[in-house]
Amino acid sequence: MPESGFGLFFGLLRRDALLLYRRRSETLAPLWFALIVATAFPLALGPESAKLARIAGGVVWVIFLLSSLLSLDSLFRSDVEDGAFDVMLASRRSLTVVVAAKMLLNWLSTALPLILLAPVLAYSYDLDQGAQQVLVVSLLLGTPLVCMFGALAAALTAQLRRGGVLLSLIVLPLTLPVLIFGAGAVEAVLTGGSARQPLLFLAAGAVVSISFGPWLIAETLKTG
Amino acid sequence: MHPLLLWFHKTGSPPEFYRLSGKFLPWLIALTALTGLPGLYLGLFEAPADYLQRESVRIMYIHVPSAWMSMFIFAFMAVVGAVGLIWRVKIAEVLARCAAPIGATFTAITLITGSLWGKPTWGTYWVWDARLTSELVLLFLYFGVMALHNAIEDPRRAARAAAILALVGLINLPVIHYSVEWWNTLHQGQSIRLFASDKSSIDPSMLTPLILMAFATKFWFGASLLSRARVQVLEQESGKDWVRQLVRKELGTDDLGKTP
Repeated sequence: MPESGFGLFFGLLRRDALLLYRRRSETLAPLWFALIVATAFPLALGPESAKLARIAGGVVWVIFLLSSLLSLDSLFRSDVEDGAFDVMLASRRSLTVVVAAKMLLNWLSTALPLILLAPVLAYSYDLDQGAQQVLVVSLLLGTPLVCMFGALAAALTAQLRRGGVLLSLIVLPLTLPVLIFGAGAVEAVLTGGSARQPLLFLAAGAVVSISFGPWLIAETLKTG
Repeated sequence: MHPLLLWFHKTGSPPEFYRLSGKFLPWLIALTALTGLPGLYLGLFEAPADYLQRESVRIMYIHVPSAWMSMFIFAFMAVVGAVGLIWRVKIAEVLARCAAPIGATFTAITLITGSLWGKPTWGTYWVWDARLTSELVLLFLYFGVMALHNAIEDPRRAARAAAILALVGLINLPVIHYSVEWWNTLHQGQSIRLFASDKSSIDPSMLTPLILMAFATKFWFGASLLSRARVQVLEQESGKDWVRQLVRKELGTDDLGKTP
């Protein structure tokens, strides 16, 4: 072992970040998508602020689920196709570390921009301050689990020529509990309840996904 | 080798499985008929109509066993898939693959009979009730597993991928169920829980057909699974010698023609 696991981790992170930067327009596409869908809801349902505030939490969560699907297809496939994945396997380094770096970057590039955007969207939907904070916390805690299910689906379909619709068919049913707790936390605050319970569930999900996710997905990639 | 392990490996070999399953199949079909026909007769004709639900209560004798099966088969599929994943048992992979469409069908039957029952009793075909919603998500999970199976061409790789997905789905299933239940109480939807409190007091005249149907659906699952698996095994092993010999015996001829 010439290098520590950390060296491998950060090296990969830098390489993949550079790749994402080189494909800027593709990397930013999910964000534009999120903005367009967020604009579509008021146009479809009408501009009354009371109604918009009521649905804001759910809308932001649905937008995140859909936009996270957009970047999944290329998560592992580009490496499998150009042979980089075989080199990683042949290097006898821990694939778990490789996958962890890829998952972290996937979260940084798809979830984090939307989490930063969420207060703006929520403000435009006239969601009040307290509920906005709960929305952001629910996104912070819930997005790792969604990204893990997404990465799992990407790993399962990495050897296929195209993941496409299959990816969404696999990911969406699995992520429904996250959606329920995430949007439910905001709903609970709006109706005067406590968001503690759903947020704790999401936190548990985040712990599980961060600690077991990379290992599970590395094993999935190996069997594929 | 331990005799049990030996038996396990022997049954797991495709020719032996094909031979054994051929013997079991008629028995399973007979058992399905023996439990299913009296179960249906007792449920649809003999059992009393309900005071509140009238004749529509009879849908229960199909609906409830199918609902049990829809969850049982998913667990079966995940466990058998795990056996295939861990020990690379070919037959386990085939069984997991063949269980998925049967489970999806039972789930669809549950949803359809449920909504048919809901129309006269609840006044609507569909409500976003906790159990209805989680059953619908279960159907989506089945579709995901089946779609993944069909997308990957190599049957053994497809089986491994689908097994992982089924296992994750199985772990997620209780989470989905309880999250949907939590969501339902949050929204305070239609509070039309018919069986919520006094479920335990079910009359024997209704319990007997229900239990018979529960066994009938299990036996039917076994029969359907084996006949599907036999076809799948023949298809996957079509290049092997034992299949060649089998076809030769069935046709009663030595002339098979040259296959490329």
